[in-house]
Amino acid sequence: MKKRTKKVDCVRLWKRIKNDRMLYLLLAPVLAWYLVFCYLPVAGGISLSLRNFRYDMGIWESPFVGLEHFRKMLSDREFMQAAKNTIIISLGRIGFQMPCAILTALFLNEIRSAKLKRTFQTVITFPHFISWVVLAGILSNLFGSSGIINQILDVLGIANVSPITSASSFRPFIWISNIWKEVGWDSIIYLAAITSIDPGLYEAAEVDGAGRLKRIWHITLPGIKSTIAIMLILAVGQIMTNGSFDQIFNLYSAPVYKVGDTLDTYIFRESFITGGLNYGYSTAIGMFKSIIGVIMITVSNKVVTALGENGLY
Amino acid sequence: MRNKKLNKSRTTTFDFIVIAVFTLLALITLYPFWNVLILSVSNTVSVAKHTPYLLPYIVDLTGYKTVLQDIYFIKSLGISLFVTIAGVMINMFLSVTGAYVLSKRQLIGRKVFMTMILFTMLFNGGLVPTYMIIKDLGLINSIWSMILPTAISTYYLIIMKNYFLNLPAGLIEAARLDGAGEWTILWKVAIPISKPFIATFALFYSVERWNEWYNALLYINKKDLAPLQIYLRDILVNLSGQLSAQAQQMLSATEKVSTSAVQMATIIITAVPIICVYPFLQKYFVNGVMVGGLKE
Repeated sequence: MKKRTKKVDCVRLWKRIKNDRMLYLLLAPVLAWYLVFCYLPVAGGISLSLRNFRYDMGIWESPFVGLEHFRKMLSDREFMQAAKNTIIISLGRIGFQMPCAILTALFLNEIRSAKLKRTFQTVITFPHFISWVVLAGILSNLFGSSGIINQILDVLGIANVSPITSASSFRPFIWISNIWKEVGWDSIIYLAAITSIDPGLYEAAEVDGAGRLKRIWHITLPGIKSTIAIMLILAVGQIMTNGSFDQIFNLYSAPVYKVGDTLDTYIFRESFITGGLNYGYSTAIGMFKSIIGVIMITVSNKVVTALGENGLY
Repeated sequence: MRNKKLNKSRTTTFDFIVIAVFTLLALITLYPFWNVLILSVSNTVSVAKHTPYLLPYIVDLTGYKTVLQDIYFIKSLGISLFVTIAGVMINMFLSVTGAYVLSKRQLIGRKVFMTMILFTMLFNGGLVPTYMIIKDLGLINSIWSMILPTAISTYYLIIMKNYFLNLPAGLIEAARLDGAGEWTILWKVAIPISKPFIATFALFYSVERWNEWYNALLYINKKDLAPLQIYLRDILVNLSGQLSAQAQQMLSATEKVSTSAVQMATIIITAVPIICVYPFLQKYFVNGVMVGGLKE
């Protein structure tokens, strides 16, 4: 009896799949793309991170060395420094850039004239759409030795050091310039969350005599708490990459490698420029980065849900 | 209506401070671009006299003329245009069809496909394995290496899927009852009623393709195939090594042209297309189109 229903189920399933064959046909190129351009490199990455790369044998057949590369990381000073820099730069993004974006959203929302609000938003979001190649050119020009910022500092009698090439100010420069580029864009998500807050709450608060700042603190901010939680989970999951490659690669130079070299730039330089490292090792670093990312996003999601917020899943 | 609202509570110090702060922020955002613009129309003589901060002292377009005469500039412009146009077409075809199919709740295997796609946001093979695969596909020094590796943005795909999920089901059901297949429904119903939404994503994709430099850095080492962003990178690092003989002649013939004017002119030219589409872009992101991605 049971067998029979199973058979019927199978037939029904097949019928449904057959019915939707056009949909599967449409989806096929998409899945094929993911297989070739995402999953094949992942498989290659797993394979290569366990091997010593040899040009004549390729990523699938080079000599197998097991976890050798992962062990090597622990004693690689440059790797440790790059990992440390990456985490510091990420923490700066979470600690400074996120609050800036939230504040921008909170106060943009307080502007009463819709036209003015939109104008400000449009202007401060603009740099988001310009590539770091262009922005690095603009910023090097502004902050370079003959740039306007240094000329002003010169007039004021302050010793002029370009923040782009000085180890002590490179990280703050990276944080601030990224805030400058992304704050408008980042704030959009919070602004959208604000629009879904029940306006009745504000009216009630006004009747109770709450001032503007009080209303922001007691209504707007709690109203976007869950959005903040989700953005936080995503940012923590990215702690080892933080999407800073474009920015740092286009701005950094040898004098600031010590403070500005991240895992991504380290992998790039060692793989393609200095070439002193073997491909297996740099791939293992990449794998390590991905694994940490998955762990971090899972853990932070757990923490956030334990605190009573809605998590990612 | 708006006036009424404004009158309800008068402008306070709080309003004043908020507007003042945002005005300052807006100026800080725009000044670097303005600075580039005024330097791009200056020349060595004028800069030596007094560096322009707020307004240009002269308008000398030699910087622009030098770049526009450079054969490598023309070539890279062509490459960038091709990458943008062909790239966006492929981007949109794959994203729209993928998002539409994945929005069908009845589809068997939908969860598996979604998990498979989302996983790639967290886990990737890394630099070298990706490079090796691209190499095995024979894409090194091929224009397609700047298009195919970024043919789908998973983030945009998910936002679009969530959008299609909320299409009025009745309309699609009616088309189905009329005997239309999925292909027809997609082209004759779903896409036409989603035109503004789809146009938005075409714009987002085109900005990304125009800004393309990373794949070119990895996979292209022929000067003839360099897109504009790479051309600009080279110009910023090493101006005289980059320009063609003809453009160099022009540069040395008019000694007044500063290298920085040429560099700044190239920056402006590279950014102009983005400035042109920006008004259309901002109309949509201000309305929060991008937000769907976080829901569901």
